[in-house]
Amino acid sequence: MTAPSQQKLKIHGPVIVTANRLSDGAVVYRAAIGGWTTRIEAAAVVTSAVAAKDLLTIAIADDVGAVGAYVAPVELNGGRIEPGNLRERIRLAGPTFDLPITFGI
Amino acid sequence: MPLVKNGKVVDDPYVRILDDAAIADDTSVIVPAVRLLADAGEFVQRAGATGVLWQNDRNVSELSPHLDRLALVALVFPNFRDGRAYSQARILRERHHFRGELRATGQVLRDQFLFLLRAGFDAFEVTKFTDAAAFVETIHRYSVFYQPAGDGQAPAFRRRLSKAGTSRPIIEYLRS
Amino acid sequence: MYLYDDFDRTLVAERVDEFRDQVTRRLSGELSEDEFKPLRLMNGVYLQLHAYMLRIAIPYGTLSADQLRTLARIARRYDRNYGHFTTRQNLQFNWIKLSDLPDVMADLAQAGLHGMQTSGNCVRNITTDQWAGIAPDEIEDPRIFAEILRQHSTMHPEFSFLPRKFKIAITAAKHDRAAVRVHDIGLRLHRNGAGEVGFEVIVGGGLGRTPFVGKTIKPFLHKRDLLSYVEAILRVYNQYGRRDNIYKARIKILVHDLGIEKFAAEVDAEWQTIKDGALSIDPALIADIVARFCYPNYESLSDQPGELKRARSANPRFETWFRNSVSAHRVSGYAIVTLSLKPEGAPPGDATSEQMDEIATLADRYSFGEIRVGHEQNLVLPHVAQRDLPDLWASLDKIDLATPNIGLVSDIIACPGLDYCSLANTRSIPVAQELTRRFSNLDSQREIGRLHITISGCINACGLHHVGHDRILGVEKNGQEFYQITLGGRADEKAELGALLGPAVPYAEVADVIEDVVAAYVELRERPNELFVETVKRIGVEPFKERVYATR
Repeated sequence: MTAPSQQKLKIHGPVIVTANRLSDGAVVYRAAIGGWTTRIEAAAVVTSAVAAKDLLTIAIADDVGAVGAYVAPVELNGGRIEPGNLRERIRLAGPTFDLPITFGI
Repeated sequence: MPLVKNGKVVDDPYVRILDDAAIADDTSVIVPAVRLLADAGEFVQRAGATGVLWQNDRNVSELSPHLDRLALVALVFPNFRDGRAYSQARILRERHHFRGELRATGQVLRDQFLFLLRAGFDAFEVTKFTDAAAFVETIHRYSVFYQPAGDGQAPAFRRRLSKAGTSRPIIEYLRS
Repeated sequence: MYLYDDFDRTLVAERVDEFRDQVTRRLSGELSEDEFKPLRLMNGVYLQLHAYMLRIAIPYGTLSADQLRTLARIARRYDRNYGHFTTRQNLQFNWIKLSDLPDVMADLAQAGLHGMQTSGNCVRNITTDQWAGIAPDEIEDPRIFAEILRQHSTMHPEFSFLPRKFKIAITAAKHDRAAVRVHDIGLRLHRNGAGEVGFEVIVGGGLGRTPFVGKTIKPFLHKRDLLSYVEAILRVYNQYGRRDNIYKARIKILVHDLGIEKFAAEVDAEWQTIKDGALSIDPALIADIVARFCYPNYESLSDQPGELKRARSANPRFETWFRNSVSAHRVSGYAIVTLSLKPEGAPPGDATSEQMDEIATLADRYSFGEIRVGHEQNLVLPHVAQRDLPDLWASLDKIDLATPNIGLVSDIIACPGLDYCSLANTRSIPVAQELTRRFSNLDSQREIGRLHITISGCINACGLHHVGHDRILGVEKNGQEFYQITLGGRADEKAELGALLGPAVPYAEVADVIEDVVAAYVELRERPNELFVETVKRIGVEPFKERVYATR
């Protein structure tokens, strides 16, 4: 997926704003109630380029909370907010293979 | 924008005149390169000190015939990530032996102070007041340097070979 | 390996303090992200998809057992119990918290490790051949000069804000295992007609969006002139490299735009003004660095001792591993052992903290406490007595580090890709995993012979996809993962880029296509030991294309 910082702001459906938490890099979403949340179900969803730009501007200004904010697509499935592309699925769920399990030698 | 010299925030004795306005003979003035080069004769004999603002994408060796009349050269960091003026500074100090004030302008931030100093700058138009106030503390963060630069700090390999050598504190060097 | 002295230790400690202060100022908001980002990059701290990533420098790929144990401790304490070895001889941790980083760096500094300049627009880790100092075909140990260059380029006041990153590699062997021709500066130590040892200097090589094989700027440079000449190149680049477009900012673009003659003239003009100054390397400086390079106290041993011969004839699995993973050492009675970090089904180049601890123990017992990191994302035990090989193998086998696939088709180089990296278009690791499953049969692998597959998830080519024999590059089409396949490149002294096979292939079909390509190679090669890259050179990509795309 093309790095979001290179994307122009084109909205083709519902989007959210996502970033990484400053202190630990965890994936966060701009929350409907303001601030940042790790729960995608609490993300603010917008559907117009203007609203997305506004949300992004507010998010970028809050760079003590999180960094690298950008607009990402979502799918709304029966009211559930789900990541709208592979990159966002990976960001939410982690790498698509098992991480090494600790084993004793 | 606070000016730092000798580790302290000081008043700037220089006036920047970036257009064709007349300059009083006893004013310490900084003019752009185009004006200096257009009529170097204008600046040959003045009571006041003359300084030039030199852009970072122009060959600094063009200044070499004028250096003995210049009290100050100001170099530019359009943003702090654009490091061309570090090379210009070293060329001025180490190749052309410029002894006047070498001033860093543009986006000048705390975490570059030591690099700037080592490259030969001795005056800093610092972007943030908090950074200016932290100048002395910041430049004492390091006591070991691996490579020679024009600041006279003995690089590590020289100190190893002459175990007796110790590095001079930077603030003393500034005064000498 | 190089032992830090007080100067080295002090510098790293001062760096840790500075970074701690910078992190504090960032977390409080005194520093914006814009101001902080270049500072954290210069300490090797990236922001990736899920978390921060810390890239730790392993200078010229040489690690002590204690350093490896420190890395294992950090993996356990601050990360998720594993690390990833990269194609530039560094180590990456993928889950580090920014708030923990000052403590992580303090722990690393205790062991003489750091992440300085593993990122950012500065001179990066100076890499060399993982067999430096031990390979039979080497004229001298290039790591001495790698260390001299490392010190010179560390916190260099003039070159910390270059137009773009800068990578230097150095080799001293006939066979270039350091890929010097695809680096910003490549250095080849060799003997000239007069019997003097000096450097061929190559400039402007690189992979990525606009790949170039480097050009020779100076066929022979005396050792004493190395630092002044490199300084001259960097100064020309710092002043004239493009800063308006990050895709055109590497020195390879400047060299290409000016032409090598004009570029060489600029460098020479600069060099003439500094060559006899403070950067001139006197023999005392070299001797001082050499004195801190700790070489093993080798015993006087003969090749093929009884223990080895007996194990080889008695144990077929040991014999297979011996023939694949053990290479000749310049000292008789010793051997170079490669540890495969490419077991079937695993992400290439990863090691768990338990494996790291065990490797450290084995290094202490069998390799004078030294480990090397290879460009192929494998590890090396560089000084193993041949009589110890059977015992060593038994221990490695127990911890899944003895897969005899070095240099074979399942010894895949892959970048982290979209599973980790914010620059990626596609995933790399699952493709690699599937390929290791398709090619898991060791007999088939041996029949196929030496074949290098590399996988990159984007054009930046961290998986070295321009110069693997059979290269896979991930691209994105309409939100789907597609892969371009290119055949026939090489990164050694006969470096060349390769040729595209055909249209990009979707994720679900990549493994099938690669199987077809490999099958075509086995069928079309003139003889079993004609390398894949030689076959492609001889017959071109058309015959491969026919077979692969005929049924698609």
